[in-house]
Amino acid sequence: MEYESVIGMEVHVEINTLSKAFCSCSTNFYAPPNTQVCPVCLGMPGVLPVLNKEFVNKAIAVGLALNCSIASWSKMDRKNYFYPDLPKNYQISQYDLPLCQDGYINIEVKGETKRIRILRAHLEEDTARNTHDLGGGYSGVDFNRSGVPLLEIVTYPDLRSSEEVFVFLTELKQLLEYLEVSDCNMEEGSLRAEANVSVREKGSEQLGVKTEIKNVASFSGVIKAIEYEVARQIEILQSGGKVIQETRGWDPDRGITFSQRHKESAHDYRYFPEPDLVPLAVSEEWVEKIKQTMPELPQVRRKRFQEVYGLSPYDANVLTSTKVMADYYEKTVKLGADPKQSANWIQVELLSVLGYENTTIENSPVKPEHIAQLISLVKDDIINGKIAKDVLRKVFKTGKSPEEIIKEEGLVQITDVEAIQKIVKEIIKKNPSQVEQYRSGKDKLFGFFVGQVMRETQGKANPKMVNDILKEELNK
Amino acid sequence: MSDHWWQKSALEISECVKKKEVSPVEVVESFLDRIQQVDTKVDAFTQVWSDYAVQQAKTLEKKIIKDEGEVGMLAGVPVSIKEVICTKEGFTTCASKILAGYRSPYDATVVEKLYNADAILIGKVNMDEFAMGSSTENSSIKLTRNPWNLECVPGGSSGGSAASVSAGECVISLGSDTGGSIRQPASFCGCVGLKPTYGRVSRYGLVAFASSLDQIGPFSKNAMDSAITLSVIGGKDPRDTTSVDLPLPNYAEQIKRGMDKVSIRIGLPKEYFTEDLNKEVKDIIMNAVKDLEKQGAEIVEVSLPHTEFAVATYYIICTAEASANLARFDGVRYGFRHADSKNIIEMYKRTRSEGFGPEVRRRILLGTYVLSTGYYDAYYLKAQKVRKLITQDFEKAFQKCDVILGPTSPTPAFRFGEKTQNPLEMYLSDIYTISVNLAALPGISVPCGLTQSGLPVGLQFIGKHFDEEYLLTVAHLYEMNRSQKLGTPPLI
Repeated sequence: MEYESVIGMEVHVEINTLSKAFCSCSTNFYAPPNTQVCPVCLGMPGVLPVLNKEFVNKAIAVGLALNCSIASWSKMDRKNYFYPDLPKNYQISQYDLPLCQDGYINIEVKGETKRIRILRAHLEEDTARNTHDLGGGYSGVDFNRSGVPLLEIVTYPDLRSSEEVFVFLTELKQLLEYLEVSDCNMEEGSLRAEANVSVREKGSEQLGVKTEIKNVASFSGVIKAIEYEVARQIEILQSGGKVIQETRGWDPDRGITFSQRHKESAHDYRYFPEPDLVPLAVSEEWVEKIKQTMPELPQVRRKRFQEVYGLSPYDANVLTSTKVMADYYEKTVKLGADPKQSANWIQVELLSVLGYENTTIENSPVKPEHIAQLISLVKDDIINGKIAKDVLRKVFKTGKSPEEIIKEEGLVQITDVEAIQKIVKEIIKKNPSQVEQYRSGKDKLFGFFVGQVMRETQGKANPKMVNDILKEELNK
Repeated sequence: MSDHWWQKSALEISECVKKKEVSPVEVVESFLDRIQQVDTKVDAFTQVWSDYAVQQAKTLEKKIIKDEGEVGMLAGVPVSIKEVICTKEGFTTCASKILAGYRSPYDATVVEKLYNADAILIGKVNMDEFAMGSSTENSSIKLTRNPWNLECVPGGSSGGSAASVSAGECVISLGSDTGGSIRQPASFCGCVGLKPTYGRVSRYGLVAFASSLDQIGPFSKNAMDSAITLSVIGGKDPRDTTSVDLPLPNYAEQIKRGMDKVSIRIGLPKEYFTEDLNKEVKDIIMNAVKDLEKQGAEIVEVSLPHTEFAVATYYIICTAEASANLARFDGVRYGFRHADSKNIIEMYKRTRSEGFGPEVRRRILLGTYVLSTGYYDAYYLKAQKVRKLITQDFEKAFQKCDVILGPTSPTPAFRFGEKTQNPLEMYLSDIYTISVNLAALPGISVPCGLTQSGLPVGLQFIGKHFDEEYLLTVAHLYEMNRSQKLGTPPLI
């Protein structure tokens, strides 16, 4: 029997506002424990929450980017459960009237476009963090993270494979990065993905019993956990067993999911409307205002890069993978550099230098101006491509412009025909046996002569001229 | 000058202080003396801030002598604060074991506003634990007695506030009213108690019982002093999004200016004058109605048909909200923690079982139940619908009248222990006040006479949303023409 997996995702995104969701404390929760706190986010008696407008702004932007409808009327609710990381013992969240509803993301898998529907995206607050390694039999709670704004994005169970999940998460992360609403760092917890996984007979319309996989700290972990879980469930079904609805954790060391909580012991969250906050009314003007501030989104930009700059889908993909890179690329092109050359220089040469030096394009000392200059220097035969690559490395190291480096190091290309002829002639003179062999048909030796000329000129000779002159002289 | 500052109103005291006729220090010291004399009998105060009060008075005195800036509306007026309102000074215990010794890191907005108005905060007063109760018998600290009869309860939950004002231990007290907790004790103790429109006064720093019903308000000797206090504590607060951004009138000036209208239409809800109402109370109320008629008021009968559902509706909504509001008292960060628990669940259970009193536990259980899956629609959602109907009752009634008049409570103050064994009977003590909270309206209890046995009776005026102006003016008009003489409680 053939099975297919049915997967829905719940993604928690920490929204990077300056202050917390319901108080004016800083969201910098890496500060020393319990320094970014106030009576509100500590849940002291008598305090009241005030909804951070910037949080709503950013949530609306995400909703629009996910093609959701933005509710003109929504409200906050209380989700009740006891845990030491939850100071009020209820979380302010949204239950039946989420801010964003009914959207989708299109993903490309195996050359086909697939629509993943978004059920909802709602506002809530993050919890504090518990630590159990303090010793002395005590656990500690750091409330710096308590009340940090979170957006929970929930998909329909539209995903059918771990590969689709990977593409979906990548696409979502890209979108969030473009909107500059989150750091999107899974290891640091600013992006947290939970998967609802079930399997069913292929062709069946009915959903199987699902398990929920929580607390996975990386992208690859999510994928591995899903793959493991799908295989586990299929094995259960094939051996005539039944999948139990439960929450499962992911053990990255052993590479397995494990049972955490059964449905019978599931919480009754006793949701009810948060009486301390007035309902959230979002006018059309408000939504329109957010629309105006939104950047071009990755899928649109990818398409435009292909159409306007004549890039291949692959190149367009790489160059739009982050907003910073796409901006970098466009800035280079706007400085007059050839679009295809720019694409090559950035995604091949620049990225390899950055990768080697272990840094990112945001922190790159090589600026779009430098790339554009390099391209034009090559185009104008002032330096050749090989030298240009060395110059790029030197720009990275020194922060100086390519022109400065060329000037200082005398790297200007030799394009003087006579000078090259002179060198070529000398080399022919110095290597009579190789000349003999070449002339008797050993064409491969041509490269040897080129190498000799380049060594003699420290690589500065114009390669095309070297080729032409060498051929001419050798064939005499 | 008078030796009996405790008999004076806030208006009189602040005038004298402003005119430099008396030092605020002298005023405060006379009240501290008064507290020493009578609080051994009344037990209204849980904390008396003697040194701190004198210190505030001295600071104010300097300001007045040196003419440094404008002097506030409550200059030199001694004010007591209910234990449920957060103050940096002293403790904020909510009269609960679970918050014994708790110090708030901040002042409630109303407390800041009192300081800004140059009021002198002299201490905190008793209440039912977490404002849950109608007799102040649910305090974990002590019993407070009714100044008019020490064998009787002062009402509740703001029993300490009412008793402290009535006994002349302070001039103004701030209490909170979720279902009658200001008006009912005011009625029992023979003082004025105002529950403003929901949203008129910031709740920031009021330890929440039922967020959608709670409102802070003043106790005072008369409507004028409540008017002054409301002008001080009211207004939009950016820290409370449920507070409303409406102009805050100078109520006292409005009262002085008097009625704009020639005729006042007073609505008597027929549902408030049934056999449930104590006969003696009814007669006293009807007497007050006559006093108003003599002033040209037109009396009309109105109907509030959903009144009978108010208590049930209230006890679903308030317990639901309370179950979440009180969840934070878990022993993790502050307050009482049960010491020797083996794990977190046990710590929660034992902390909360031992830290909360029986009435609070009862309401948390009720509230948890009505919000549970499978019961939510039948209870909470239904209650919200009835709440809307109750609100509409009032809207309709106000088409026929300008203000509604009725008893504040069906009986005068009862004796200690009389209703503690029967929570339902205790709940019915708030039958006339609860609807006002559900409809978010302003209500004021004004003393209107004494029973044969010398216990005060209060009448309640109910006003339109955010029309405290009119409400206070009518209350003042009544006070000026009250035929019954009240006097002061027979203490000392």
